[in-house]
Amino acid sequence: MIEIQNVSKNFGKLEVLKHIDLTCEAGQCIALIGPNGCGKTTLIKCILGMVIPTEGNIRFKGKDISNDYAYRHDIGYMPQVGRYPDNMTIGQVFDMIRDIRSVKETLDEELVEKFALRDMREKKMRTLSGGTVQKVSASLSFLFTPEVLILDEPTAGLDPLASEILKEKIIREKGKGKLVLITSHLLSELDDLVTHIIMMQEGEIRFFMPVTELKNATHTDSLAKAITHILKRDDV
Amino acid sequence: MFNKIQKFIFSDILNNRIILAYTLLLAVLSWSVFNIEDDGNKGVLTLLNIILLTTPLVSIIFTAIYLYNSAEFIELLLSQPVNRGKIWTGLFLGLLSSLVFAFLLGAGIPIIIYVRGSIGLILLGTGLMITAIFVSLGFLCTILTRDKARGIGISILLWLFFSLLFDGLVLFLLFQFAEYPIEHAMVGVTALNPIDLARIFIILQLDVSAMLGYTGAIFKDFFGTGLGAAIGFLLLCLWVMIPFLISRRMFIRKDL
Repeated sequence: MIEIQNVSKNFGKLEVLKHIDLTCEAGQCIALIGPNGCGKTTLIKCILGMVIPTEGNIRFKGKDISNDYAYRHDIGYMPQVGRYPDNMTIGQVFDMIRDIRSVKETLDEELVEKFALRDMREKKMRTLSGGTVQKVSASLSFLFTPEVLILDEPTAGLDPLASEILKEKIIREKGKGKLVLITSHLLSELDDLVTHIIMMQEGEIRFFMPVTELKNATHTDSLAKAITHILKRDDV
Repeated sequence: MFNKIQKFIFSDILNNRIILAYTLLLAVLSWSVFNIEDDGNKGVLTLLNIILLTTPLVSIIFTAIYLYNSAEFIELLLSQPVNRGKIWTGLFLGLLSSLVFAFLLGAGIPIIIYVRGSIGLILLGTGLMITAIFVSLGFLCTILTRDKARGIGISILLWLFFSLLFDGLVLFLLFQFAEYPIEHAMVGVTALNPIDLARIFIILQLDVSAMLGYTGAIFKDFFGTGLGAAIGFLLLCLWVMIPFLISRRMFIRKDL
């Protein structure tokens, strides 16, 4: 569904992405992990067309995404830090994005309902807590039933109850054959969610493999243990 | 499609306290100017100077601050299926329409009530053009640097340059070349500063333009005619278009 071919990105002299090759298919739920500054967010932004690669190309459903924007109809994106115009109300933010997308099909308002955002429609964005803003971002990314979900640190800042709701939602969407791409530092959170793991380091992909394979190879039963196992092996 | 973004930005900014304060300030100043001055012309001149000082400052700084504060929101818009040019244009029209609205509400009403004839409309028009020019320059400042403090610094410098430094430079040139016939060149130099351009535009409509001396006569010769006025207006339009189009071009290629 998403093909990344030989993508590199330099910011000045800094090489953030080095010749990335990657193919993601529908039905996969992929965790993108790696230390801070390894290029995870840049890779995501390349897919979203916010960062333009220095080299290489990205295809979405077989079509090159450079100079195209219509492909983003099929993507729901939840940013790491959401900030919205101060004086807009929650309702206005939803209306605006719906207006911009000019969608007519039915909306998936499950998260809006479960996060009880409907009762807060009139509240202004600047009065909301960080967690509530994250709830708005999450609801927005699922609202338009996109085929691809890109979630940047989705559970950061959410309370346990809300992050559980979000995780269940992700699992359900994965079951519908959608492609989900998650970055996170909380390995334990990802355990029952993801089917594949991408490990990035210094702008390169260390490995990309199914979780089951990873667990077998390292003889461990949890994701966290498997990753620490690999990192330790490196040190030796 | 950009009208949608504009619409929401507009309603967001109308609730902004800075804009409310700006509207109030303009209103208080213009009402008091017209109530204190009996002479209509003097009132127009006083108000002109107030407008030419405050409007550019508020327009450029507010634009820069608003855009920097909207960085994450612009990212969210970019993740939607909208083309980049439209987002930037929508932001521009949203900011512009709200500042124009504030200007019309604050200064526009007293001008229409107190100033008779075409001069009122011209004063109103130049105020609006100056607003548009400095919103446009604010967009350019914001796109030049990612750093908020630096971007706002650049916008303050630009305002300072056009409001004060430019005139100083012109005076310096005038004294240096006092021996030469530079009156015609001065007309060209004015085109480089939108604030001066607007000021001359208004002054030429008033009787006081006689006080400008020989250069004033040349100005009158040029800007006083229909063609000159049209060229002056065109120059102001260019001052709106060019900075914005440059910033738009840069925005389309920018990594966010």
